[in-house]
Amino acid sequence: MSVLAGKETRLLVQGITGSAGAFHAKQMIEYGTRIVAGVTPGRGGETFDGRVPVFDTVKQAVRASGANASCIFVPPPGAADAILEALDAGLELVVCITEGIPVTDMLKVRRVLEGLRGRARLIGPNCPGIITPATAAGGCKIGIMPGHIHRPGHVGVVSRSGTLTYEAVGQLTALGVGQSTCIGIGGDPVGGMDFVDVLELFQADADTHGVILIGEIGGGAEERAARFIKEHMTKPVAAFVAGTTAPEGKRMGHAGAIIAGGKGTAAEKIAALQGAGARIAPTPSDMAATLVEMMRG
Amino acid sequence: MKIHEYQAKAIFARYGLPVPRGYLVLNVEGAAAAATRLAQETGSPVAVVKAQIHAGGRGKGGGVKVAKGGAAEVRDLAQKMLGMQLVTHQTGPGGQKVRRLYVEQGLDIGRELYLGAVIDRDRRRIAFMGSTEGGVEIEKVALEMPDKILTVHVDPTVGLAGYQSRELAFALGLGAKETLPKFVKLMAALYEVVTREDCSLCEINPLVVTRSGDVVALDAKINLDDNAEFRHPEWRELEDKDEEDPVELEAKAAGLNYVSLDGNVGCLVNGAGLAMATMDIIKHFGEKRGVAPANFLDVGGGASQEQVTKAFRMILRSPKVKAIFVNIFGGIMKCDIIANGIIAAAKELGLKVPLVVRLEGTNVELGRKILNESGLAIQAASNMADGAQKVVSAVAA
Repeated sequence: MSVLAGKETRLLVQGITGSAGAFHAKQMIEYGTRIVAGVTPGRGGETFDGRVPVFDTVKQAVRASGANASCIFVPPPGAADAILEALDAGLELVVCITEGIPVTDMLKVRRVLEGLRGRARLIGPNCPGIITPATAAGGCKIGIMPGHIHRPGHVGVVSRSGTLTYEAVGQLTALGVGQSTCIGIGGDPVGGMDFVDVLELFQADADTHGVILIGEIGGGAEERAARFIKEHMTKPVAAFVAGTTAPEGKRMGHAGAIIAGGKGTAAEKIAALQGAGARIAPTPSDMAATLVEMMRG
Repeated sequence: MKIHEYQAKAIFARYGLPVPRGYLVLNVEGAAAAATRLAQETGSPVAVVKAQIHAGGRGKGGGVKVAKGGAAEVRDLAQKMLGMQLVTHQTGPGGQKVRRLYVEQGLDIGRELYLGAVIDRDRRRIAFMGSTEGGVEIEKVALEMPDKILTVHVDPTVGLAGYQSRELAFALGLGAKETLPKFVKLMAALYEVVTREDCSLCEINPLVVTRSGDVVALDAKINLDDNAEFRHPEWRELEDKDEEDPVELEAKAAGLNYVSLDGNVGCLVNGAGLAMATMDIIKHFGEKRGVAPANFLDVGGGASQEQVTKAFRMILRSPKVKAIFVNIFGGIMKCDIIANGIIAAAKELGLKVPLVVRLEGTNVELGRKILNESGLAIQAASNMADGAQKVVSAVAA
């Protein structure tokens, strides 16, 4: 079991002929992801890597291939449009890797998502994607994370940061603890799935026994997660919030990682999560150990 | 990206949003000439001299002065203000040097209000906030008198609706027959500014009602969404390099994310989250021993060897750096590229401080081999905590 991504996933890749799209499409195929189509406007009829048919539009690709999920590598000027195209074609899961989408574009995308009332989910943008680690039954990687650090198991990981997710996964694997599904929700101020949306899935997933949540400064997503944990989570949650040392008013790499008007500090988020029963890793080097300790009771 | 008040007001004016008449000046003569010109145009000798820096709270720091004595007084004020280090709660203790002044017509002010637009991340909407407490920091109002702020959220598919502007108008006491249509028109213009110019923040504090009943933006603050730069080539002209940290500018040009901090350990990390976490862990182990991060530096997920070299060079050049921590969890980023980049920079500039390297990920064995055979004095770390402890010891020892 896993959430969102698994052996039922039939993936199409938007921007498959670009350099990032092509590189990561190959990596995903190598990991075992079923890529059934690619989309690049004007390149319809071509074949990618000798096996994946390329289409001009997402609707054509879905009709021909039965794809049910998309991974987007389209550059920022066209990325929000690519998300809208994927949503309009009826895809259930859209993962947008692109970093640098204007926030006003994302406000429109959010509005469309709201109108779909849960019929589709967006992960990202500005995220590493989602992975359900490979087992004998196959694995599913939708995104840019290094597949080889993952092991199948029962810990769910959800994070606003890419490399910090890899760090947590690396720690888990080093301790011999596998992962059910790992989801990077992205570092932008306005995106798709929130911590709460992912926690809901992990709580309902029989195969996920504990969760690592990785937050960072900016916004109120960690506070919302804390409320959800307090009210609905029965599974252990270990958390780390990056940016205790970040100065106010400076954007720390991610567009969304900024303390504005004294709001969105790591201290506030840590206090909220702690108050909700999550255990805070004392350092980013202890994320896995903190959860494992909780799970052993 | 931040821009100056005079630039924000020029944008406002382009959208028909009322602003006082004013001129940008760079020297004392220019200031006096602007005052003379304003007096001719407005028929009033009252002018305001405003320091143009990218920080709020200028008035309290002495960066905004009213001159009632015409050009001579404006000249005196400009003399004092140009070149001064203006200290506000947003500049830090060193202040910011004043290089540009805006000389503006004085208005006969009846009331001062607050009007602002932000991206409300939690509601995923553009939010307009109005308050009768103008001229005060809105954060302070939000904290102490939250009921004094009225917020409306805009549906992006509908745009700002007329009723929303009216709600704000009545809350601000602008419902009178002569002010209501003026305010509604101003709101429509402001919404166009925010959406078309890709503002991440747009604040008018204060918005004033003059004694003649006009509604005017007396101040203007705009932050632009960096992500939208690709569709605004005109932004390049709005950039004021004097207002930026030179090292941060250099980093930006090299495609790196860099933020200067006060500590003594230079950090080179891939990924924004890991870079912040690296700062945090250095502070965790180093706080009691006087060790702290000197910078935030994210070389990104797919940095080239040249970018790594540039990044390392920037760290090496900083005199406050007493040791360096390289923390790489290379997913797609190859460890040998990082290793070669470090060596190139270290050989060029000489490595005079301890260097701790934690490498993980693709081609890690090759990366470690390259570093081992480089002849550089490098301490290898087995994980993040080990690296942080080693670098703290290296500085504190």
